[in-house]
Amino acid sequence: MNTRIYVPVDSTALSLGADKVAQAIAAEAAKRGIAIELVRNGSRGAFFLEPLVEVQTPAGRVAYGPVQPKDVAALFDAGLVTGGSHALSLGLTDEIGYLKNQERLTSARIGLTDPLSLDDYIDHGGFVGLDNALAMSGADVVKEVTESGLRGRGGAAFPTGIKWNTVLGAVADRKYVVCNADEGDSGTFSDRMIMEGDPYCLIEGMTIAGIAVGATQGYIYLRSEYPHAFATLKEAIHRARAAGWLGDNVRNSGKAFELEVRLGAGAYICGEETSLLESLEGKRGIVRFKPPLPALEGLFGKPTVINNVISLASVPTILAQGGAFYRDFGMGRSRGTLPFQLAGNIKRGGLVEKAFGVTMNELIHDFGGGTLSGRPVRAVQVGGPLGAYVPASQFDLPLDYEEYAKHGAMIGHGGIVVFDDTVDMAHMARYAMEFCAIESCGKCTPCRIGSTRGVEVIDRIVANEQRGRNIALLQSLCDTMLNGSLCALGGMAPYPVLSALNHFPEDFGVDKTEAA
Amino acid sequence: MSSHHPAPGVDGRQLQSLVDRHADLPGALLPMLHAIQDEFGHVPEQAVPVIARGLNLSRAEVHGVITFYHHFRSHAPGRHVVQVCRAEACQAVGAVALEAHAKKCLGIDFHETTADGAVTLEAVYCLGNCAVGPSLRVDDDIVGRVTPERFDAIVAELRAEVSA
Repeated sequence: MNTRIYVPVDSTALSLGADKVAQAIAAEAAKRGIAIELVRNGSRGAFFLEPLVEVQTPAGRVAYGPVQPKDVAALFDAGLVTGGSHALSLGLTDEIGYLKNQERLTSARIGLTDPLSLDDYIDHGGFVGLDNALAMSGADVVKEVTESGLRGRGGAAFPTGIKWNTVLGAVADRKYVVCNADEGDSGTFSDRMIMEGDPYCLIEGMTIAGIAVGATQGYIYLRSEYPHAFATLKEAIHRARAAGWLGDNVRNSGKAFELEVRLGAGAYICGEETSLLESLEGKRGIVRFKPPLPALEGLFGKPTVINNVISLASVPTILAQGGAFYRDFGMGRSRGTLPFQLAGNIKRGGLVEKAFGVTMNELIHDFGGGTLSGRPVRAVQVGGPLGAYVPASQFDLPLDYEEYAKHGAMIGHGGIVVFDDTVDMAHMARYAMEFCAIESCGKCTPCRIGSTRGVEVIDRIVANEQRGRNIALLQSLCDTMLNGSLCALGGMAPYPVLSALNHFPEDFGVDKTEAA
Repeated sequence: MSSHHPAPGVDGRQLQSLVDRHADLPGALLPMLHAIQDEFGHVPEQAVPVIARGLNLSRAEVHGVITFYHHFRSHAPGRHVVQVCRAEACQAVGAVALEAHAKKCLGIDFHETTADGAVTLEAVYCLGNCAVGPSLRVDDDIVGRVTPERFDAIVAELRAEVSA
């Protein structure tokens, strides 16, 4: 058998030159007359090691990284095909601490397999959950998901089972499953990694959702900023359909489920579920009033399950191993695991899936190794552009939905953006308002106008124009946006602003002791 | 970085066929606009009434959708589109300086095209490449860890392709 050599096709690996490395390996092997099987896998998620090249050996997969094309000849000289030693050697992939110390449930397969190979997927435990679900009643599937304690991973953390149960109970001639793949939060890429690295997992999760609630059509609403994920999903859906995992008779069960991927068009607001539904219907992505809930009147007015990628991709594990298995991870009311994403100014950035309860210190220091710049960490933004800035004094809090909420912060989609001590927090606060102004759908006044006024007020504070009065005005404006906005965009944009002001008043020209 | 945008001439029959091909999809407008922009590099003004007729919408409704979404453009871009990520994770590793460098090096602001027609510069809010920023999207390729020097090299490469 030819030696298998793995080079990832993940966007981040590609952004660091993985294609050129793959070409160099193929060319070098051909030149030396060595027969290899080059597999383009997903990324293991240790992005600081990308492009990460792995070689299959009798002892297991051996890793090298980060590899550049110029390293390839020397790697072959050192015996790459037999896992030989080289300056870039990382040893057995499974023994790399960053990967070994994770608790991977949802992202377990990413990086191990060729993302488009159905055989690989099945060999690594794929479709067991769907097969189990097909043998169960819809109500029992929903019960299993409810028992798992899974909550919406897009950020709102609403219990998935309860949402599904509402759709199950709704009577309609047609129901839909919609996957929210509009992963717009800066610092997040776990959805992208699933879609590029393990697309069948998402397809399986959506099919289970459809079978559970009686929906026959699914849509993945994918952001247009993810061209690689789009290509992978389209091909994966095509192959799954050809193999009978999708279609009008899924696995000869007599049950139908069809799936289509649709591209968004660069609007952050379309990550808000009702705005997303409007966009899928071919309209401007303007937020809807709730009620009616999408579970009752969603896409085209029909009952709709709308969940984030990670929520849906967690379902196959739950159906394969049982709700209780999943529920046994985590703490409090935050059950299971979350694929956290270490981003920004971080030495070892990437995907770290851990059970809830892990602390920020563990994530950014033990896993992340501190900042890329080597300077002290000053602040961390958790949960995307609408998430609060958390100061170092709170890095020992357990990452738990309720614990974070108690401190005016949120976990959101699990994105963690690290800043070193050169960050200007007044600039970041201004940016939060500016971003809200750019992305506001315009339906409600606090968001549409408040965000623009927010930029102006922060500019006045920084320029020391009636600073005290303008700080009071900013606080009042934030209060109006928090309480008066229609959706989370205007309703949460004040979190980064107020947390920056409260924790780092000196950046706004306010004496720390005076502010306290 | 090979995906050139097609030249801006708009073939009416081709436009009509794209509209016809998508008109029966549920929620057809976005897939239709994507197909048109992929073909022509932008959504030309003359497409609006054709789309409106095809979907039984008013021209105002079609115009409203095109202008709502940052991705759709009404004018032909340069031969390459370069997007600079402005989001927080990239800011944490120097995106503000990269943005300034990009504008200065190309001599244009966001949403503008260089005089030689080679590059249109756009802002983007996250490419999901947040562990290895600052990031760019060059046509359909994502590029990580972009320094000002790397930016210059990428632009030089794009310009060389154009003159080749």
